[in-house]
Amino acid sequence: MTLQLFLLLAAGLFAIGLYGALSQQSIVMIMMGLELMLNGVTVGAGAFWHYLAPASASGQVILVAVVVAMSVEMAIGFAVVTAIFRAREVDMTDMAADLKR
Amino acid sequence: MTTAVFWVLALLAAASGFMVFRFNSMARVTISLMVSFLASGGLLVLLGLGYLGVVVILMMVMEMVIMAVFMIAYMMNPAGLMPMAMFHNKRGSLAIAVVTFALLAAGIFLTPWPHRSGAPPRDATRQLGTALMGSQMLTMITLGFTLLATMVGAVVLATQRGRYDRFGDDLKRRPPSDPVRGGVGR
Repeated sequence: MTLQLFLLLAAGLFAIGLYGALSQQSIVMIMMGLELMLNGVTVGAGAFWHYLAPASASGQVILVAVVVAMSVEMAIGFAVVTAIFRAREVDMTDMAADLKR
Repeated sequence: MTTAVFWVLALLAAASGFMVFRFNSMARVTISLMVSFLASGGLLVLLGLGYLGVVVILMMVMEMVIMAVFMIAYMMNPAGLMPMAMFHNKRGSLAIAVVTFALLAAGIFLTPWPHRSGAPPRDATRQLGTALMGSQMLTMITLGFTLLATMVGAVVLATQRGRYDRFGDDLKRRPPSDPVRGGVGR
């Protein structure tokens, strides 16, 4: 159990999430990818706090901020999905091409 | 012992995270993501962050329950009875993800990390609480207002009809569409 291993796991989760966010067509699945990326950031922040600067609370505060970012992403994401589905019956990113001119 | 727990949780987090984009069934996708988050929460507990680990676990369980409802509502083929693939630019995405991981991994192993400064506090939760209510108060206030704005924004976006929707997307609808007739001029 070392800092490098934790960071490697964090990088792995981030990369998997990035792959999902870029490759998925469904808006909800893209949100899952974003969540996984933030999951990686969570693990990384916790590891930084524990292995580098446990005497300061900064690492923990970053973690709290990431958790808030997750919940904001989730709430606004679902609101946007609802709004665009109601307006255009769109649930795939490729169908929401109004600005692609 | 902790090393064994670390490896189990780490492999579980990575594997279930990967399976999120492999399963067909939306229910399985959601549960797979939840398992990944539970493992990450366990890792945080392993790092001595008991409070934040449990917060992540509780929050993610609730979030995935909500997510499951939305997944089933918005996805075609929610039960995954037919195999499906909803990808675009799969190869490009995979390449970008692999390159990102390789860059991050190279940085992780090449960076001369500083030595640990200070010892972990006896009570990490107390450390966080004191910081949020003291030196990091501005962060806490900002996060609070962000959450408030999120609540307002989410409701505004998700309501069926707002006051600005009366004239349609291009503002040309006459008369405006109101659920109850009898306003000004009608």
